[in-house]
Amino acid sequence: MVTTTAHTKERIFDLLSTIVDPEIPVVTIAEMGMLRDVIVSYHACEVILTPTYTGCPAMGIIEDDILSVLKTNGIENPSVKLVYSPAWTTDWMTDTTKEKLRKFGIAAPTHSSCSNWLKPTDVSVNCPRCNSNHTHIISQFGSTACKALYSCDDCKEPFDYFKCH
Amino acid sequence: MTNQEALYIYLLRLGDNALLNGHRLAEWCSRGPFLEEDLAMTNIALDNIGRAQAFLKYAAAIHGKGKTEDDLAYKRSEREFYNHLITELPIGDFAYTVAKQLIISCFDVLVFTDLSNSKDETIAGIAAKALKESRYHFVHARDWSYRLGKGTEESHRRYQHAIQDLWMYTGELFEMNEVENILLQEGISNNLQEVKSNWINLIMPILQESSIRIPTVDYMQTGSCKGIHTENLGHILSEMQYLQRAYPDAKW
Repeated sequence: MVTTTAHTKERIFDLLSTIVDPEIPVVTIAEMGMLRDVIVSYHACEVILTPTYTGCPAMGIIEDDILSVLKTNGIENPSVKLVYSPAWTTDWMTDTTKEKLRKFGIAAPTHSSCSNWLKPTDVSVNCPRCNSNHTHIISQFGSTACKALYSCDDCKEPFDYFKCH
Repeated sequence: MTNQEALYIYLLRLGDNALLNGHRLAEWCSRGPFLEEDLAMTNIALDNIGRAQAFLKYAAAIHGKGKTEDDLAYKRSEREFYNHLITELPIGDFAYTVAKQLIISCFDVLVFTDLSNSKDETIAGIAAKALKESRYHFVHARDWSYRLGKGTEESHRRYQHAIQDLWMYTGELFEMNEVENILLQEGISNNLQEVKSNWINLIMPILQESSIRIPTVDYMQTGSCKGIHTENLGHILSEMQYLQRAYPDAKW
């Protein structure tokens, strides 16, 4: 019989690290920086998650995925707690994560935490396909809450840009 | 009024503002002037609904008695809502929505800047998140303000009319009553009188740059801090709450 005590915090982290972001399936919730902590007690396991955007519809799916993975692995009484403080930021993404986004066709956030928030379009965004910096913004609000829509002037392809947040 | 009661009402106000603004903006879904604006309006709506959920969830926890954020959104009556009147006003034409968004997002950016330093850790966390979102909303409204104000004769006329029409709803954004005063002393909420001067400093240059005449009004609308609303809120709730009223506790 599998009991909760057989699972260390590290083991649970490893299990949860396989869960991908449903809207960007090339990166995991750990790589995105959303998976903050796991609190293991004798009869329960609480996962601390920080939402990327307050209204991100993927959060519900991610919570369900976490509970499903934990239950499948015999972990008793799993629960997910959303914690807003400290607020999630794109600064928590590693360079490896940004490279995965680029290969997936999404340009990664270019600078730290919106230092120039009054002029968010004053950034040089490179095309994730041809790496040209001749690009222009089409819309600050794109297919999901976290992305803006850009277009490349060289290869003529439209692409998503993960906004600084 | 105890500190806990004040905190509950305050959280309802933060949550209701976002809920009503988000609900109104969602009316642009499939009706935007073009596809990118349709997406922008609905994205901003989504951010608002998300923060409404966060604030109302915390309000429900403070209230205790096992309520959820959905109970608070779908099972309160009109007089129990504390959103600013401006949030419940109809979306009007595109210029009217831009004017509403400029007024509201200038206010939101300033309020959430303060609240991200709130002594209440949960409010501070949600505010830090909401601030980043509101900055994008603000830039969106500001840039449209310039374009409409200095665009065609028609866009200018419509935008000027909207600002004129909405101005009397700006006074109550800065009202402070017992709730705000209790929480201000606790370091949980902020001083809305200070926000008022910052708001004027933020919005005036944008309106001037947009060639918009600053309205002068003798009378400011008020009432929402007592749960007294325009005729619009009842109509919104009858639609928003229909399912939970007709089929209580129905799950998606």
